[in-house]
Amino acid sequence: MASILRFRKLCYVEPVSKPSLGFESSNKTTCLREDKGSSVVVVDNDPSCVDVVSLTKEIQTDKKRRRRKEAREWRCVDSCCWMIGCLCTTWWLLLVLYHSMPINMTLPGYQFVESPGTKLKKEGLTAFHPVVLIPGIVTGGLELWEGRPCAEGLFRKRLWGGSFSELFKRPLCWLEHMSLDNKTGLDPLDIRVRAVPGLVAADYFAPGYFVWAVIIENLARIGYEEKNMHMAAYDWRLSFQNTEVRDQSLSRLKSKIELMFVNNGYKKVVVVPHSMGVTYFLHFMKWVEAPPPMGGGGGLGWCAKHIKSIMNIGPTFLGVPKVATSLLSAESKDIALARAMAPGIFDSDILGLQTLEHMIRVARTWDSMVSLLPKGGETIWGNLDWSPEEGFICDQAKKNYFQSSTHNVSQRTNSSDGKLGFRIEEPVHYGRMISFGKETSQLPSSVLQPFNSKGHEHVNHKSSCGEVWTEYDEMSRESLRAIADKKAYTAKSVIDLIRYVAPKMMHRAEGHFSYGIADNVDDPKYSHYKYWSNPLETKLPDAPDLEIYCLYGVGIPTERSYVYKMSTFDKCKSIPFRIDSSADGSDNGCLKGGVYFVDGDESVPVVSAGFMCAKGWRGKNRFNPSGSTTYVREYQHKPPANFFEGRGVQSGAHVDIMGNVALIEDVMRVAAGATGVELGGDKIHSDILSMAERINLPL
Amino acid sequence: MSLLRRRKGSEIEKDSKLNLKEDENIEGEDENKHKVKEAKKKKKEENKKKWNCFDNCCWFIGFICSVWWFLLFLYNAMPASFPQYVTEAITGPLPDPPGVKLQKEGLKAKHPVVFVPGIVTGGLELWEGHQCADGLFRKRLWGGTFGEVYKRPLCWVEHMSLDNETGLDPSGIRVRPVTGLVAADYFAPGYFVWAVLIANLARIGYEEKTMYMAAYDWRISFQNTEVRDQTLSRIKSNIELLVATNNGNKVVVIPHSMGVLYFLHFMKWVEAPAPMGGGGGSDWCAKHIKAVMNIGGPFLGVPKAVTGLFSAEAKDVAVARAIAPGVLDKDLFRLQTLQHVMRMTRTWDSTMSMIPKGGDTIWGGLDWSPEEYYECIHKRHKHNDTELAADKGAEHVDSQTKSLPYGRMISFGKDVAEAPSSKIERTDFRDAIKGNNYANGSCNDAWTEYQDMGIGGIKAVADYKVYTAGSLLDLLHFVAPKMMKRGDVHFSYGIADDLNDPKYKHYKYWSNPLETKLPNAPDMEIYSMYGVGIPTERAYVYKVSATSDCYIPFQIDTSAEGETERSCLKGGVFTVDGDETVPVLSSGFMCAKAWRGQTRFNPSGIQTYIREYDHAPPSNLLEGRGTQSGAHVDIMGNFALIEDVIRVAAGATGEELGGDQVYSDIFKWSQKIDLQL
Repeated sequence: MASILRFRKLCYVEPVSKPSLGFESSNKTTCLREDKGSSVVVVDNDPSCVDVVSLTKEIQTDKKRRRRKEAREWRCVDSCCWMIGCLCTTWWLLLVLYHSMPINMTLPGYQFVESPGTKLKKEGLTAFHPVVLIPGIVTGGLELWEGRPCAEGLFRKRLWGGSFSELFKRPLCWLEHMSLDNKTGLDPLDIRVRAVPGLVAADYFAPGYFVWAVIIENLARIGYEEKNMHMAAYDWRLSFQNTEVRDQSLSRLKSKIELMFVNNGYKKVVVVPHSMGVTYFLHFMKWVEAPPPMGGGGGLGWCAKHIKSIMNIGPTFLGVPKVATSLLSAESKDIALARAMAPGIFDSDILGLQTLEHMIRVARTWDSMVSLLPKGGETIWGNLDWSPEEGFICDQAKKNYFQSSTHNVSQRTNSSDGKLGFRIEEPVHYGRMISFGKETSQLPSSVLQPFNSKGHEHVNHKSSCGEVWTEYDEMSRESLRAIADKKAYTAKSVIDLIRYVAPKMMHRAEGHFSYGIADNVDDPKYSHYKYWSNPLETKLPDAPDLEIYCLYGVGIPTERSYVYKMSTFDKCKSIPFRIDSSADGSDNGCLKGGVYFVDGDESVPVVSAGFMCAKGWRGKNRFNPSGSTTYVREYQHKPPANFFEGRGVQSGAHVDIMGNVALIEDVMRVAAGATGVELGGDKIHSDILSMAERINLPL
Repeated sequence: MSLLRRRKGSEIEKDSKLNLKEDENIEGEDENKHKVKEAKKKKKEENKKKWNCFDNCCWFIGFICSVWWFLLFLYNAMPASFPQYVTEAITGPLPDPPGVKLQKEGLKAKHPVVFVPGIVTGGLELWEGHQCADGLFRKRLWGGTFGEVYKRPLCWVEHMSLDNETGLDPSGIRVRPVTGLVAADYFAPGYFVWAVLIANLARIGYEEKTMYMAAYDWRISFQNTEVRDQTLSRIKSNIELLVATNNGNKVVVIPHSMGVLYFLHFMKWVEAPAPMGGGGGSDWCAKHIKAVMNIGGPFLGVPKAVTGLFSAEAKDVAVARAIAPGVLDKDLFRLQTLQHVMRMTRTWDSTMSMIPKGGDTIWGGLDWSPEEYYECIHKRHKHNDTELAADKGAEHVDSQTKSLPYGRMISFGKDVAEAPSSKIERTDFRDAIKGNNYANGSCNDAWTEYQDMGIGGIKAVADYKVYTAGSLLDLLHFVAPKMMKRGDVHFSYGIADDLNDPKYKHYKYWSNPLETKLPNAPDMEIYSMYGVGIPTERAYVYKVSATSDCYIPFQIDTSAEGETERSCLKGGVFTVDGDETVPVLSSGFMCAKAWRGQTRFNPSGIQTYIREYDHAPPSNLLEGRGTQSGAHVDIMGNFALIEDVIRVAAGATGEELGGDQVYSDIFKWSQKIDLQL
């Protein structure tokens, strides 16, 4: 303290030569000056200055040391901390700003699209018919009710849907709990995973990824709430009949519909199923009218009494080709692409993950997967030589898809360009749903060898890879090669193929599903529940006032058939087949990365989604004896115009279409009492009518 | 380099100190060096200055964040059984949760279970709102984190309120109950209500298809839940479905708190003919219900509900006010918290369902009450029989000296509360003329009916001095005429002289057990399960607060304390045995006496059982809210209660449980109540 005081005194006494510098430095210099000046003359200098010099030196070194120390401390960890601190603070600041931002603030240049709910409310629409929402496969949440020790603490937590955090934390445990029993297709011992009930089951699939939320919100605008809106959540892993056996889901749905019917002044319900929910509801309609032991005992006329219309969104009436490949090799377009980009990640046994093998094993225990296999065989999906979609010009769809132009004019020129410019030399053989090798998919059919499953035997190897069991381990190399050798499979023989490579799964599943076409729908055998979800083997209920809508997106390339190859067959390390992602067509072709594309909504081809409404049920025919009216409403896909639109308000993609304003408006109008004619009847963008024309199905 | 030079410089300086003759060269060099040094120092200083404040803050925040994340990571990586392991290491092995224990005994899910949540515990979400509630669609307004209360309190109050005239939705606002088990499993994150019970039931095989949460909007009157949401119809349909899909096994209903009254209402509704009732026919309950296991049921109302309506406070608020006077009262930040709360709660019809029922007959008059010789010091009754006897002896001796004025539910002033009734001068308030609105609209922001009352009215209320359960109703009619007018259509608080009187067919009597008959279902069982051993509010000492501005004119007089430690009067509140919210009398009387055997209230002789659970506070922090708690909500985590519920759900009868289990004096008190049966 005293030294500092002395310092200051010195400063005041001596003239400061360099005033601009700070306090310490000026001090020091003055003293030095003096030092220098006096050194010549005076021997014994002013003692105070010597003192000062030594003092300053002392302080200087001390400071230096300290500073050096500080600098060392500040170097690494502290910079990190500083960084994190900065980031956090900025983040919070932005968060606060975001929260305090007025909600209706519109960004410059961004046109706010009025939601259909608000629009129709202004028109004066109010809630009229109760609405039943039926989610599809995958989108419904599943939660744990009883589990093995590894799943401790997850009681009533979502295993499926939500954040999927458990998948990363304990993947094997998760897989174990998501699997079903291989024999029965029901719960494994000591595990109970159940569907989440209520609207929360499928409003959002993951945080921020809506499924039904947008529709629900818009319906709420015109007065819907829980009492007249019901989400018929079910365990989508089970076969449809098993949801009744295990959870009584069908009975609950029946009771709910009856309750809503009565509580809302005896107004019929409008059912809105999505994706696989469409076939689930077909099954329900047969079940509810069937007599008690197998059915719900609602009696004939139940549907006519309780249901106004069924608005199928992205329906999978006739199955999805994608499912065949995921059962065969646990992959579809996306995975094949990923594999092409980063070979080795999926294939090699890094970290002992065997992701795909695990996936195939789990997926094969889910009966519902099997329900989505293509139905109707070659009559619907085409054979080796023809297919209903042949002559489809891929380029058009692709251009529409990849070009984000929202201007109708340019689109029209584009499409006409496409039509004029590119004539496909020879039609694509969509009918060959799976062909081994690119050439096979293009060869004339006479060269191809027929597939004969009789000739090959399953060889039971002592499997060394017990942990990840797929039925492939039980097949010999020869029989696998026989499958692959120069062969192409149509919709019919694909099922034979799957039967051959996964006999146990198909044995289990074929107790619940069927893929054929009925010659005589009145045959008593068709009263068995396994036919109920196949529209080609059942009659619609006797409900002449019932309206059936097929609402789906078009304009997105959709997987239709595949080029396969044998993978390097290293026993039990990998699945023996995979999509040949190197198989690419010419620039304008429909073949890309081993996949032939057609028009559709990215998941479901137009044929599957639209055929029943466009032809199979149109008018009074043997599948629709009472002549329920059908409507096809297609929605042309337009990608989101800018970033703020999120997943787009005019999307046609399989799930994103649930946020399509035009579709929501249609659903709301019908729910508020409009008929299909008032909506404007059919609205068709694709070639579904001519495709349906080509399908030779006796009606 | 610079270091070297510096060292050199300093050496030279040393030299200069020792050897004073130096040539100029060195000096010049020295100066140069110093110049360099100065520049450097300057830079460093600037650096240092930059690092000083903002950077230190950043550093600090970053450090805390990192540590936090690290801990979070550790917490997440921790095996799930770790906390249990720690607990066991400290307290010794924990008892198995009842679900596990009974699963080992081989119990299996048999009867479907229906939960009926009480007031306040059920979640409410927004379906349609005003501008200010944008972005809250299907978000919880009630339950959960209550984040919106802090963010936009006025908006929240506006949306939680109902219409003052109809008791239904205000225009443009639809707030609806959350459905499903999530409606009331947790009230707020970490604060369980039904979750423990659900988890334990799941152990023996229960799941969504055998459990049903009968969530309803607990703000509106019981009949209005049917009118607006068809809730009663839904419960009926769901119970029928549960019975049908579970091989015809009848349901076990577990109502909690106000759910008890709601379910009483439901049982009458479902058997009543169609326009007013559910048209289930007179044997619906017999066919569908095995047992009703009422948890903490306020059959005869709760004294707390009155003070809630009267001055928007209960013990907790009064205590808070005593600790920090001014916070709640002052117009700080123009909050007027209590006024807003009062305005909101007065639009909720359901609060009126819990006004004490049965009047002076049940709750006692000016000079007597059933619990009058209750000994507050013996909050925890000993399990040991001999000790219990000793207790009773002591009580008896004490009772000679003094009885407690529980019958005077509200008294103005402590002296009034304890004076003999002959010495109290009362002026009737009923005909008092209400003064003009002295506040003159200046506090329209938080309108309560008190502002219509005027000083005259307030004085009249205070001059009447003592209110019993019977005259309380008149008081409420006087201070809140609009609310009570609305409520009178839906609820009744009397005792029926003749239950067969056709007027009792009206729905307003259905939730009052003293004005209805139980359904004709001789095989049904009714349990009354509640905690005892916690001081519970029973009667209040009030004072008139400073009436200068637009505040609520009455307050609990927190300065009123009993003379001794043993006194039941504390902070202006007389307490009695109960579960912290519901006095034993209210939750136990019906099962202990009024419905016991074949009486006029229970013509078919439904078996009743009383199961009391003595409160034992959690022994340490790790136990959370305790596994032996008797508190009103915490009892849902009481292992003994859960075990009883599971046993009944798995098929046991009340006899197999062991019949009555009583710790309190409920039978003695019931004896004193002179009710014609």
